[in-house]
Order: sequence, then C-alpha cells, then structure tokens
Amino acid sequence: MSKILPLNLSGISVHAGGDHLLQDINIDFDKGPLTLIIGPNGAGKSLLLRLCHGLIKPDKGVLTWQGSDAAHAPRHQALVFQKPVLLRRSVCENIAYPLRISGMFTAGEIADRVADALDHSGLAAIGDRPAKVLSGGEQQKLALARARAMRPEVLFLDEPTANLDPRSLGQVEALIRETHESGTKIIMTSHDMSQVKRLADEIVFLYDGHIIEAGPAEKILNKPTSREASAFVKGDLLP
Amino acid sequence: MISILDGFSEALHLLLTFDASLFEIVLLSLRVSLTAVFFSALIGLPLGALLAVLKFPGRPVLIVLINAFMGLPPVVVGLIVYLLLSRSGPLGVLGLLFTPTAMIIAQTMLITPIVASLTRQAISDLWVEYRDLLHSFDAKPWQIMKTLLWEGRLSMMTGILAGFGRAIAEVGAVMIVGGNIDHATRVLTTAIALETSKGNLGLALGLGIVLVGIAVVINILTLSVGHVVGRQTAQGQIL
Repeated sequence: MSKILPLNLSGISVHAGGDHLLQDINIDFDKGPLTLIIGPNGAGKSLLLRLCHGLIKPDKGVLTWQGSDAAHAPRHQALVFQKPVLLRRSVCENIAYPLRISGMFTAGEIADRVADALDHSGLAAIGDRPAKVLSGGEQQKLALARARAMRPEVLFLDEPTANLDPRSLGQVEALIRETHESGTKIIMTSHDMSQVKRLADEIVFLYDGHIIEAGPAEKILNKPTSREASAFVKGDLLP
Repeated sequence: MISILDGFSEALHLLLTFDASLFEIVLLSLRVSLTAVFFSALIGLPLGALLAVLKFPGRPVLIVLINAFMGLPPVVVGLIVYLLLSRSGPLGVLGLLFTPTAMIIAQTMLITPIVASLTRQAISDLWVEYRDLLHSFDAKPWQIMKTLLWEGRLSMMTGILAGFGRAIAEVGAVMIVGGNIDHATRVLTTAIALETSKGNLGLALGLGIVLVGIAVVINILTLSVGHVVGRQTAQGQIL
C-alpha cells in the first residue's frame, strides 16, 4: 500500500524573468514502472524533478501527493543530484547524516541502515574513506546509497550517470535497477537514448518546457507521434 | 641604538630566567585575548551563519555595518567601553573599569565583527553548495546552521585566528579600559608601550618578540588541532 503515490501535477507552470521554463504540465506518476523523463538540454527535465521533490514551487498549478498537499511527502521521497553533493565527512557519515537529522531512527537503526546501504552499493570496503576523495562513480554510488538508506517510496534521479565512464555507468545502472526491483518508484531524467532503452518502462518526453508525449517506453521509442520526439529518439538534431 | 639582536637577547634572558613579571603579563594577555576570542566565537559564528543563510529586512545594512566594523579603531572601541563602564556611564555600577573584564569586553567588541564577517563569507559559499541538499533532507534551520558551521570548521578557524591576532596585538582599547596597572591590567602590548616611553627599548623589543612568538605558537597549535580534527572527521572518527 502506497503512502504517498500517486503524484499528480495539474496545470503546473514555472516562469523566470518572462521565460516559460515549464508550461501547463499535467501528469500522474504512480507506483510501478521505472519512469524516464527525457528531452534535450534545457527542456526542463531537472526543473520538473526539483519541482516534484519540493525544492521549487510552481508559479501556477497544483502538485499533490495522494490527493493532498506535499507536507508529509519529504520523509518518503528522495532526490539524487546530477553532480553528487557530499558532506566533508566519511562515506559512512554521509549515509548516516540524513537518517540522523530526520530524528526518526535510533543509533542502532542508523548503524544497521548504513551497513545495509554500504553492502548493497558495494562501498563497504571504503566506508571510512573521506567522501570527497572518491572517484566520480563512487561518489554517485554513495549519493544513491545515501538516498536508498532513507528507504524512500519515490526516488528522483537527476541524470545520475552523466559524466561517468562505462564501467561506473554500468554499476550505477545496476543499483538503479535493483532499487526499482525492491519496490521503490524511480523517476529519472536522461538524454542518453541508449540508457533510456536499457532502463525505461515508461517515458515522459519534455521539449521546451512542455510535455510533448508520455506513455509506455515501447510505444514512444518505436512509434513516437510528435515530430520532436521522433527526431530525438532517432538522434536527429532538434531546432 | 638598540639592535634587533639586543631585542632577541633580552627576550631570551626574560624567558630563560623565568622572569615572574613577564610570565604574569603573558598569562594575563593570553587570558584576556583568549576569553575575548571565546565570546566572539560564541556570538560571531552563529551571527555570521544567520547572515549567510537567512533573508530578512535590514540584512544588507547589517552586513555592511559588520564589514565596516572589521576596521574599527581600537581606541574608539576603548572609548565606547570606557563611557559605558565609567562611574557616570550606564554600566558604571558594575565597577568593571580598569579590570581585566573591561579589557575582555573591549576586545570582544573589537573582534566579533571579524569573526562574524569571515564566518558569513565562508558559510555563504557553503550554502550555495549545500542549500538544495539540506532542503532535500528537510533539515530544520538549526540543523542547517550546525551542519554548515561544522562543514566550514577550518574556515571558521581562520576567522577565529584572525580575531585572536587582532586581540593579542591591539593596544589602544586595553590601554583605555584597563589603565595598564602593574600586577592588575598590564598586558604585553601596554607593557611594550610603557617600556618604550620610558626608553627601555631593549626590554620593549624583547616583550615584542615574546608577543610575536606567542602568536606564532597559538597559530601552529590551532592549525595542528584543525588538521587532526579534519582528518579524524573525514575518517568518521568524530560525530
């Protein structure tokens, strides 16, 4: 039984300095499929993710979790940023930090969750290492492990594999798949079509702040109905 | 004409003979300046962090004032504290004038703007880095302050050291509110001023070299502690 889903966005718009960054966004995210939000740079993918997570407020429209406002949602959803933001502490301390400040867990529970997150992410051997000295792939795995340790119902991932080498990319994708299979709803942005094909169950195609198409991955990848989605999927240059 | 070598020789003589009055002056200097640094940190660190993170009416004016107060002339601070603590002043009833407490108050007023201003700058930079992450964790304002102060602890130490340097080296404020009374309020800087005016240039220079030596030792100790703390924290041994 879901505690917060579905997430509903209705008539959402975000403006900045006269520019429409997101325009009339209407969509529901429900439990189940691994959702990829795709589109070219500047389409509004990261902004949409931050808006869903609650980091920014819409200028227009309504966002609800399970039909009510977002007040109770932060405890059940987490966001991993494109560039991992890590505290100047050890790997273990980075994972423990959000658990500790939530005030919801005992020291024993925190230790158990940290150990579990380290095991699942393959970081157990470097738990005592300063987070800032890790490689890019390890830092992103740590950011994912930290989010997973919260056991969120919904996990937002903002291009989590950008700038990673193929080996690290494979490891992070495996973690994402495992997290999805454990029952966490994944909503993730990407503009890497090969990754989209590997991971997506459902796709939301965003272009110039508008949702152009949304639906099952197979349909959007094989039979896109819009000119923009068709060009993007084929890898053609977009205007 | 007195030479620098004579000064070193005098300083060495004072130290090797365990000159009682020298050690009394050194201990009082350290007591006054370190206590002032303690209270400045107590006020300046949270004040700087608040100014960096919170937006409120009058904040820019407060920032300008604190930055301007970094360059406060010690004699002006001394005069203000003198007026406050003199028998006819609002705090005259406390009988603090010409006591080490008055000197601590004056030095605290002098260096708090330095600690607050340097803290604000350091925390502002960290806030840019960590704002989204901490909001994402739904951190409470006091948790944000605590985290940012801890993450910026080495920068904070620089601010505190700058404050200590200013306190231990100033002469104007402690001279006015302390009165340079032998065995009561005489510190290194006022003793140097006195010996110079009496023509004891060798002794004055010797005291000056001791003063510089203390500042160097305190800096080395503080940086060493900061280095050890930083390394242990990164390895998860602290917190």
